[in-house]
Amino acid sequence: MENDSSYGQVIRLPRRAQSQPRDVGVLASRAALSDVIATRPTDPAATGFVLSLLTQADGPILWVQDYRSRRENGHLYTPSLQAFGIDQAVLKVAVSHPRDVLWAMEEGAACAGLSAVVGEIHGGPAALDFTATKRLVMRADATGVPLYLIRSGDCGGLSAARMRWRVATLPSRPHPHDARSPGQPQWDVDLFRARGHPPGRWVVHYDPSADRAADRLRLVSRISDRAVDAPDQPIPNLTGK
Amino acid sequence: MRRTSQYRTLPGNDVPVVLSRDGAHGPVVHSLNNAALARGIRADSRVVDVQAIHPDLHVETADTEGDRALILRLVHWARRWCPWTVQDVDHGLILDVTGAAHLFGGEAALLRDMYQRFALQGLTARLALAPTRGAAQALARYGTAHTICTSGDVAAALAPLPVIALRLDPQAARLLNRLGLKTIGDLAHVPRTALMRRFASTAADHNPLILLDRALGQAPDPLNAPPDHRRFMARSRLPEPVVDPVPHLKGLITDLCDTLAQAELGARQLRFTIYRIDGECRTIRFATARASRDPAHILRLFDGKLDTLDPGFGFDLLTLEATVTEPVSLIQDSLNGKRDPSGDVAGLLDRLTARLGPDKVTWSAWIETHKPERVEGRISALRGAPTAPPTLTRERPLRILDPAEEVRVIYAVPEGPPSQFRWRRVVYQTLRHAGPERIAPEWWMDRPGTRLRDYYKVEVQGGRRFWLYREGVVQDGRGDEPRWFLHGFFA
Repeated sequence: MENDSSYGQVIRLPRRAQSQPRDVGVLASRAALSDVIATRPTDPAATGFVLSLLTQADGPILWVQDYRSRRENGHLYTPSLQAFGIDQAVLKVAVSHPRDVLWAMEEGAACAGLSAVVGEIHGGPAALDFTATKRLVMRADATGVPLYLIRSGDCGGLSAARMRWRVATLPSRPHPHDARSPGQPQWDVDLFRARGHPPGRWVVHYDPSADRAADRLRLVSRISDRAVDAPDQPIPNLTGK
Repeated sequence: MRRTSQYRTLPGNDVPVVLSRDGAHGPVVHSLNNAALARGIRADSRVVDVQAIHPDLHVETADTEGDRALILRLVHWARRWCPWTVQDVDHGLILDVTGAAHLFGGEAALLRDMYQRFALQGLTARLALAPTRGAAQALARYGTAHTICTSGDVAAALAPLPVIALRLDPQAARLLNRLGLKTIGDLAHVPRTALMRRFASTAADHNPLILLDRALGQAPDPLNAPPDHRRFMARSRLPEPVVDPVPHLKGLITDLCDTLAQAELGARQLRFTIYRIDGECRTIRFATARASRDPAHILRLFDGKLDTLDPGFGFDLLTLEATVTEPVSLIQDSLNGKRDPSGDVAGLLDRLTARLGPDKVTWSAWIETHKPERVEGRISALRGAPTAPPTLTRERPLRILDPAEEVRVIYAVPEGPPSQFRWRRVVYQTLRHAGPERIAPEWWMDRPGTRLRDYYKVEVQGGRRFWLYREGVVQDGRGDEPRWFLHGFFA
């Protein structure tokens, strides 16, 4: 990879090593705060991705939604969490303003009895700035509760999140018994900023039969660092990126 | 004493009204008003019999639980006259007014005051004042109204009353009646040895001789009054009116927590009141998920609450009261140094609920129904506990729109979902679909005319998977053409 600097020198950057896709799921389920940005509105892929990152634990899950995300993306349908192997109780907090979502998430992050905190904010409001995310990260660092922030209708401004993802739905895998039916969901996930992990882009599908977080997410590298004309995945680019 | 207002609009005094309760063979008369009494109706007779004789009778169901709760409250309320009050059997109060009557201007004035104050609450009181408890209750129930009897004339006052007034059991009363001993005076004239021999095996509470001795003051009959409700309240009186309560909160909370700690109790509900100098007061209420007396925790419940408190021109008195308390025992941290996480979560529930409101912080409550949007109810986190969801038998979407949004069909096909439809101003093309899953209306709950739903899982171009349903089928006689709705999204 070459880069022309403004002084006309040519700097040779070291070639990036192949990322280890199996580690990403584990890393993401331990990150203090993960931003998950839904690239299209009302796309539940971000929710599905977050749910597949959650691990089995004792405490309940705190799920906070603001009014606009409830209105745009609908409610979380709690019985379907069984399909993701989650049997913790879900404490739902429905607030009207994004400011209250951030406050409730901060309170949840300070509570070590929770197994995870998930917040949903729609529309990228002004309250969701770098300072707010930094506060969340510092709170979560102290207790070790993983925080997930699902942002929809939002291009993703500045954020202090340890891992930032963009998630979109891909056409589902073929149904094993019926060719005309949708099968297992597949998502296109793009880790565009992360601490302690190189960014990457993968095609992901959730495997409910695996019990460990590392195995439940099957990540297939989508863009490698090899030549552009030799793609390793024959998947069309449908995300419009 | 008899509750007169069971009605929203009271019937007149000339209308016979009885309250019924469930008996062994159908409803029986629990209590009745004076008009019913004048008709010859007696308590414990069967309601159907009474109704056959008196077709114009009003029958209402008695609220025995409510009566019991009312009596218990009255026991404590009656301590306005004297410190020792106790519930008498059924519906009665015994007050030991020894040394208290002069505070109300003598015994007659005391009785008048009692009668008036009960009347203000809609209760008709039958009162009697006597040196012993047995005599007082006998005179109140069977004597003339407002009898005041002094220690010299107890025997004379009791003499004309029937023996049942001593609160004998019905068998003993019937036996005495059969022996010709109809009044207490008759009983008192019988030689004691004869009575003692006859009722040797009767328990003390039903033995006529012992009951008579107690009524006449010859045997002790102490009153065992329940302890007063303890109020846990901390107050701080300020020399000058202030508008900011924050500097005083800490001391107030510490005071309250100290008193709670002495009683080994914790607060479940709290009430914070400021008394403004213009005579108004403002109140904030809190609830906690677990009984707590941790000052730091209670202080955090005030976060954001004080902004809504209008101090006016200032206030000079603050009170913090624990309105509901529960026993709390301190939980020891585990030996490996980790703290019990359930306590953390309870504290979190308190803080979230205190700031956001009880209807915003909820657990799921499950309802057995086929309708997907009804399955999950909400229950306030402070009131309920989380329960396990019902096992999923069919695939259900990850997110659900409530209410479902109608889609415009652009290109319909006779079987299956529309191959082209428009939702939120975007046209979608169906590529793959699964279904239908038919969910019929619940006739025991739904309104008549509710149409069935055929649900389809539909994958559109781009890969998103929708949960569409058609409401009704063509020519089901329940409306026009079936309409299509989008109800949820699959992952």
